[in-house]
Amino acid sequence: MIEYKNVLTTCPYCGTGCALHLQVLDEKLVGVLPAKNHVVSEGGLCIKGWNAHAFVNHADRLTKPLVRRNGKLEEATWDEALTLVAQKLGEVKTQSGPDSVAILTSAKCTNEENYLLQKFARAVIGTNNIDHCARL
Amino acid sequence: MSDRLSSLRETIEKILPDVDGVIALRTGPGGIVAPYLFSKEHPGELAELALWPKEPVPDTLKIILRAHPDAKLAIVCRGCEERGIVEMFKHAQFSLENVTLIGLQCDQQEVESCQCFKPFTVHAKLTVGQPVEGVRDPLMAKVMAMSQPEKLAFWKEEFSHCIKCYGCRNICPQCFCNICALEDEKWVETGRLPMPNPSMYHMVRAMHMTAKCVGCHECEETCPADIPMAVQFRLIARDVKEMFNYEPGAVMDQKPPQLLVLEEGEYENTGLPH
Ligand code: SF4
Ligand code: SF4
Ligand code: SF4
Ligand code: SF4
Repeated sequence: MIEYKNVLTTCPYCGTGCALHLQVLDEKLVGVLPAKNHVVSEGGLCIKGWNAHAFVNHADRLTKPLVRRNGKLEEATWDEALTLVAQKLGEVKTQSGPDSVAILTSAKCTNEENYLLQKFARAVIGTNNIDHCARL
Repeated sequence: MSDRLSSLRETIEKILPDVDGVIALRTGPGGIVAPYLFSKEHPGELAELALWPKEPVPDTLKIILRAHPDAKLAIVCRGCEERGIVEMFKHAQFSLENVTLIGLQCDQQEVESCQCFKPFTVHAKLTVGQPVEGVRDPLMAKVMAMSQPEKLAFWKEEFSHCIKCYGCRNICPQCFCNICALEDEKWVETGRLPMPNPSMYHMVRAMHMTAKCVGCHECEETCPADIPMAVQFRLIARDVKEMFNYEPGAVMDQKPPQLLVLEEGEYENTGLPH
C-alpha cells in the first residue's frame, strides 16, 4: 500500500512560527510544503523553512552524545555525557565564579525549553549571562 | 462549493476500489488543507476531502510516481494543474499510462482569486463542476501600457523586494531541473541578501519558464514579497503562442518548442528573424 501524507508542524528555525507541512511518503520524510491557509505564514516560508526537513536525516546529524577522550570524540551514554558536563560546569563555577559561565540558547527550542534554560542559568548557575541565536 | 464537494466525493468513491490511490486535498488540523493520497483501505477519510485552497498537486503526483512508477493512480486536478501534469509528462517527468485525471472545474470566485485565463480542464475524461470563462489579469494590460523604461523601473522595484527564499522555484511544478541555474554562482551570487542583482535571478527563471509556465500562480502565492511574477510569465506565454503556436498543457501530442530539433535550413523557413 502506498502512503502519502502531509504532517502540519511549525518551522523550527526562528521565532516567527511559520507553519509548514512535512511531506511523508511511505513513512519517509521527502520534503516541505508551505501551509496555505495558515494564519501566520499564509503559504510563504523563508529559505530556512523551505529546507526545514534537510537536517532530519542528514548524515552529519548527531544521534548519540559524544565525549572527547584523549583528543578523540567517542560515543557515550547520555548519563555519562551529562555527568561530565555537570562536573565541568561545577568546576568552572567554583574556580572562577558563576559569571564565568554563559548560556546560549536557540530559536529552535520551544518557549518552555527557553524558559527552563534561563531558569537554569539564573537559579542553578547563578548568572544573568543568557542569550539566544535569534539575535544574529 | 458544497455541491462540487459532494459530487467530487462521489466520483472519487467510484474510482477508489480500482486504483492504488487518489491524490486530492484533505483538511487537516486547524482546518489547514494539504495534498493527500486517499486509498480504498481508508475510505472514511473522504469525509475530510477539501477543494480549496488549491495546492501544487502535479508535484505530489511526481513524488509518488518517482517512487512507484507502476502505481495506478487517479488525481483531482484543476485546469492549471492538468496543464502542469501534461507539461511534466511531455518533459519526461513521469508516465501517464496508469494515471486517471479527474478534472475539477473552478468556480467564478476561484477564477477571480487567481485572475486565471483558463480555469477548466480539457483532457480529463471524468470531470466535476461546470466550466466557467477565464479572465485576463488586469495587471497584464497595465504592464503592456507601460513604456520600456517604465517597465524596467516597475520590475526592478518589484524584484528588489525578493528575499531569495527560492519558494517560487521550489513550488513551481514546471521547475524540475536536476541542476538548477539559480544555484549556480555564475548566475546568482550566493550568501548575500539583498541580492546584488535581483533581476538576474528573476530573468533566469523567466527564461526557463518560457513555453513551460501553465499559469497556476503557485509561485506568486508562496512569494513572501508578493511579487506578481506570473504576469511576467503570462506575457511571455503570449509571445510563445504568437511565435510557435504553442500553449503549455493544451495539446497532448504537440511537442514543446524547446524540445523540437530543426534540420539544417529549417529555421530559415520558419519566418522567424535570423
Ligand atoms: S520559515 Fe523562516 S521566517 Fe518562518 S519560522 Fe522558519 S525561519 Fe522563521
Ligand atoms: S489558476 Fe485557474 S485553473 Fe488554477 S485554480 Fe486558479 S482559477 Fe483554477
Ligand atoms: S511559473 Fe508560477 S504560474 Fe507558472 S507554472 Fe510555475 S508556479 Fe505556476
Ligand atoms: S518566492 Fe518571492 S521572495 Fe522568494 S525567491 Fe521567489 S520572488 Fe523571491
